[in-house]
Amino acid sequence: MTSSTPRTLAVVTAGLSQPSSTRLLADRLAEATRRPLADAGAPVETRVVELRDLATDIAGNLVTGFPAPALREAIGTVERADGVIAVTPVFAASYSGLFKSFFDLFEPTALAGTPVLLAATGGTARHSLVLDHAMRPLFAYLRATVVPTAVFAAAEDWGGDGDPLTDTLPTRITRAAGELAALLSARAGEGAEGDAPERPSGAATGEGSPGLEVTPFAEQLAALRPR
Amino acid sequence: MQFGIFTVGDVTPDPTTGRAPTEHERIKAMVTLAQKAEEVGLDVFATGEHHNPPFVPSSPTTMLGWIAARTERLILSTSTTLITTNDPVKIAEDYAMLQHLADGRVDLMMGRGNTGPVYPWFGQDIRQGIPLAIENYALLHELWREDVVDWQGRFRTPLQGFTSTPRPLDGVPPFVWHGSIRSPEIAEQAAYYGDGFFANHIFWPKEHFQQLIGLYRERYAHYGHGTPEQAVVGLGGQLFVRPNSQDAVREFRPYFDNAPVYGHGPSLEEFTERTPLTVGSPQEAIEKTLTFRESFGDYQRQLFLMDHAGLPLKTVLEQLDILGEEILPVLRREFAAGRPADVPEGPTHAARVAAQRRRTAAST
Repeated sequence: MTSSTPRTLAVVTAGLSQPSSTRLLADRLAEATRRPLADAGAPVETRVVELRDLATDIAGNLVTGFPAPALREAIGTVERADGVIAVTPVFAASYSGLFKSFFDLFEPTALAGTPVLLAATGGTARHSLVLDHAMRPLFAYLRATVVPTAVFAAAEDWGGDGDPLTDTLPTRITRAAGELAALLSARAGEGAEGDAPERPSGAATGEGSPGLEVTPFAEQLAALRPR
Repeated sequence: MQFGIFTVGDVTPDPTTGRAPTEHERIKAMVTLAQKAEEVGLDVFATGEHHNPPFVPSSPTTMLGWIAARTERLILSTSTTLITTNDPVKIAEDYAMLQHLADGRVDLMMGRGNTGPVYPWFGQDIRQGIPLAIENYALLHELWREDVVDWQGRFRTPLQGFTSTPRPLDGVPPFVWHGSIRSPEIAEQAAYYGDGFFANHIFWPKEHFQQLIGLYRERYAHYGHGTPEQAVVGLGGQLFVRPNSQDAVREFRPYFDNAPVYGHGPSLEEFTERTPLTVGSPQEAIEKTLTFRESFGDYQRQLFLMDHAGLPLKTVLEQLDILGEEILPVLRREFAAGRPADVPEGPTHAARVAAQRRRTAAST
């Protein structure tokens, strides 16, 4: 890889205590993703989105239908990122309500094709299926490309030797981060060639409206002619 | 530039007393506000169309016909007419009839509606919202312009040799606005026909509406109706004003905090900072409204929502007095200043008839 434009990595963390083990896990995953890419000459810019700081704005968006400026910025950071790490604590057998409410604000296609690494924290390893029974379906709905290894950190994973027959937390972090880094470097290749995002054929865009595209009206009318 | 009020027609309890008006009181209040609008010098009154409680205006042409008989100058409009679930044939007939009775003081704003069950109640499918809006309006447009229509589409029984009566007054159909909060398809539709585009920019950040209106203006020019600056744009907004800003905030806060739309989310201060809602002095309302031109360019119609959040009729009538006496004259003067000569005024029947005569004369 020769591209010097940094890849962006958005790290969404839904921990509520400060400091939180959810943030701790998020930081370790981010660093484990960044370092091998940086060593190979591909800089990565990490941007952390702490949902605790946005909790009031997220509730406000749910009732008004529009985001406050800080929340809009955070959503944009995640939507525009080349890769996402999403980490939640386990609450009542699932992701936290704050975590879900944040992703409820995304358009269904906003993360289409974006590489995503999922992780969660909880009191015991008996909650670990939350990764596959709650988080993975959510990101499948959002059409994200979820890496095969998701990481669960139970309280006991932060110390001791763990279960001798299971990979330790650092090993799981390294494996998951390696999978995300591989997808990120593939995206770096795309970006270096300056590919524009694909548009539907015939799309019209107003010059003063860079974010909007529309199918020309004649095509919309023609599509309705009786068959 | 036209100024007016638009009403949703909601029956909302007054949070300071807990009392909700009866449907009868609310309907009579709406027509009282329309008459007051003319009295204080406003140009337009527009009513919503709804088919579920707590809203009362299910039959806009009945209400607007009553108002037409009791006013002289006021333009009567809708905000919005449901182009998705109303039969376009009935819209063509009803509003042409209203146009005759009101001597041309009628236009309409098309909308898709935001209440899911209305679609199945009227035999439609909400997933077809945009195609319904496109096909139904294409038929309405033709019914008002062709004396005899043969037509076949996806959503309605075919027509053979159908003439919609009465024919539009002076052969000029009511002007049509297309209202949208988020769909670029509707901006494109408005541009294609050379119709107006009304952005009820009440909730979203301004940047979103700058994109939507920018798209409409570009496409209006693309379809050969004029320059982007000549496209016909309308905007919404909401006011609560008192001579002293602090009095306005103190009086409106319990209404804001409990309103079905505004309440229980961001604070009044955050909301007024981020949306077109003004709660303050007439001068603050003037300053904020004038920023709309900076954001969206010179435009043709400004509608204010005044009877919101369960405010009692007496209070809203006081609001209209302040709007007419202290805000409107300044807005008219300021919006006229520096307005390019080739930017059109708000659409009226008389101007559209004159334009049609010029076109006919030029082509013969």
